[in-house]
Amino acid sequence: MSLGFSRAQATAMVVMVAFIIVGPAVLYPVFLMKVLCLALFACAFNLLPGYVGLLSFGHAAYFGMGSYIAAWTAKYWGLDAEAAIILGGLCGGALGLVFGWLAIRRQGIYFAMITLALAEMVYFFCLEAPFTGGEDGIQQVPRSPLFGIISTQQDMSLYWIIAAIFLGGFLLIHRIIHSPFGQVLQAIRENEPRAISLGYRVDDYKLLAFVLSAALAGVAGAAKSQVFGIATLTDVHSQMSGEVVLMTLIGGIGTVFGPVVGALLFGSLETYLAPFGDWVTVTQGAIFVACVLAFRRGLIGEIGARLKLGL
Amino acid sequence: MNITRRQIMAAAAASAALPLRRARADAPVLKFGVLTDLSGPYKDIGGPLATDCARLAVADFGAAAKGMTVEVIQADHQNKPDVGAGIARQWFDRDGVDVILDVPNSGVALAIAGVAKEKNKVFLPSNPGTSDLTGKACNANTIHWAYDTWMLAHATGSALVKAGGTSWYFITADYAFGHALQRDTSQFVTSAGGKVVGAAPYPFPGTSDFSSFLLQAQSSGAKVVAFANAGADTINSIKQAKEFGITQTLAGLLVFISDVHSMGLATAEGLVVSSPFYWDLNDRTRAFSDRLWAKAPNVRAGMGQAGDYSAALAYLKVAQAMGVAEAKKDGAATVARMKAMPTDDDCFGKGTIREDGRKLHDAYLFQVKKPSESKKPWDYYTLRATIPASEAFRPLAEGGCPLVKS
Repeated sequence: MSLGFSRAQATAMVVMVAFIIVGPAVLYPVFLMKVLCLALFACAFNLLPGYVGLLSFGHAAYFGMGSYIAAWTAKYWGLDAEAAIILGGLCGGALGLVFGWLAIRRQGIYFAMITLALAEMVYFFCLEAPFTGGEDGIQQVPRSPLFGIISTQQDMSLYWIIAAIFLGGFLLIHRIIHSPFGQVLQAIRENEPRAISLGYRVDDYKLLAFVLSAALAGVAGAAKSQVFGIATLTDVHSQMSGEVVLMTLIGGIGTVFGPVVGALLFGSLETYLAPFGDWVTVTQGAIFVACVLAFRRGLIGEIGARLKLGL
Repeated sequence: MNITRRQIMAAAAASAALPLRRARADAPVLKFGVLTDLSGPYKDIGGPLATDCARLAVADFGAAAKGMTVEVIQADHQNKPDVGAGIARQWFDRDGVDVILDVPNSGVALAIAGVAKEKNKVFLPSNPGTSDLTGKACNANTIHWAYDTWMLAHATGSALVKAGGTSWYFITADYAFGHALQRDTSQFVTSAGGKVVGAAPYPFPGTSDFSSFLLQAQSSGAKVVAFANAGADTINSIKQAKEFGITQTLAGLLVFISDVHSMGLATAEGLVVSSPFYWDLNDRTRAFSDRLWAKAPNVRAGMGQAGDYSAALAYLKVAQAMGVAEAKKDGAATVARMKAMPTDDDCFGKGTIREDGRKLHDAYLFQVKKPSESKKPWDYYTLRATIPASEAFRPLAEGGCPLVKS
């Protein structure tokens, strides 16, 4: 296929698209929109640890800033949905450019600590900055029409827009991974000194991957702020950075479809366990332990390995 | 017959997939959704006891005897506004919930106020602090019950100055809530003739050692040390103030009886707090608390939970007067009827609801008892002053609520 899908991936793609189309008939559309935003976020995150071998612990910063910028511009400048979401993505990307430029100078645990520290700075900035509304967040953001004409007031019309954004982001990530650029990224993951000796400017590749990942995370956050009409500290908190790692790990790090499944599982737990209080966190913890012990490659990674397929 | 573990697990998995839908009854069902914190820092001020209070209101109202079917369900918003707003949307759209109660955490409450307006349902929060809910974020579907930051700051600030606490020092959590609390209280202190000698903002969240801030407060010579913070921070800072032997009057600006319970009287002794409700205040509050004790023993309701009871009861009275089907259909109309009808219940006595959605009732200033004065479990407060309903809350004109026509 022209997009570089293997046969197994094409099948999985068909299943996923079918789920997106049938989903709202069975499940609550707002819940599904949230899952799609989280899935895009997890896919964007997965680009770094899965394909470049960089574990970022501060991805909530890009997600959250994207969400704040989109909410603020939609509310106070009255921007259309697509402009607000694009601005959110640009903001995530710009932040990623600065933070990535600093962080890629180190590897392994040091890289993770730098991203974590910078993300904490962003969190405290958002807590104190007047435009974010502090702990109350930016509230009652109007759902602005797409291109100024297509209404997003109805949940279902917004659902198709969010689904389109997700699929666009997903295909872009898939394309990045399977492009020559993506091959170089994977070469860096496997053996960085060899990639350098082959003449690749490794830092440039890493930085570009970082910026792409951060920009897509910003788009995901911006889309989420349009769904709920709010942007709050939750999106920029270190817990969110941890949750995206969790989603990706549960689904399967370094697989294209893994983060999507992880986000669905994670979102479902958060929503459907809500009546049971304490059990949300306990169950999340138990699933994480079970995944680490039993399916080290994540759900999709494990299925792929069993069937000897690359998903 | 041998049943293998595999079969049991398969059966369990299959039963989990069974549809949970029940046959729909003919008469319309009124549904309360208690959206609260079941796992985090606000579990004690809302939590499962909030649901018990709502259920008690349904029982006390005698819904079944009046031919009304009322259900109470609960969920955990996990202190995430998006999770809370998501559950609220699903409750209103799919699960037939008519009223959302409780909601500790102002960020979550502001998000839900927007959802309730969009879906034309009813939102009766009694546990968020922010006075914006009846100010610039007010709407025709929301009534803010129990307390807000303005009321607490005002009661503690002006009453303590009258009692001789003329100079103040603040220990403030360095975020919007802490600053709002400090700003409001300072205003009341100065207008009552007192003065503010200083303030020590500390980083939030993550501060657990308050010693340097407490020492600054101690050496300031202020008569009152006020804590503009909440929850675990309040408990920590007051405990450490005791350990430092601070002899000035300690004032908590947002202290719940559950906080006093977890600090213990030996630590909290002498602390001045304000609240619109105390379980042992009068015969009516005691009667309510005894009925609640029978359902949920060994714990006493705080002001937010009492608010859930009061709000649910007031809503049920109006729903009965309007007819259940009418009440379900139009949330804004139901709220308008609630504003027109005076309230009367065991927790807050007689009260009214203002046009900006503020529930009005008396507020009180309490002082925490010495361990030797406490005669029974949860016997914690001595009444120091009563602030009448007309003065206890922010004047209508100052809130900036768009519903109020000037």
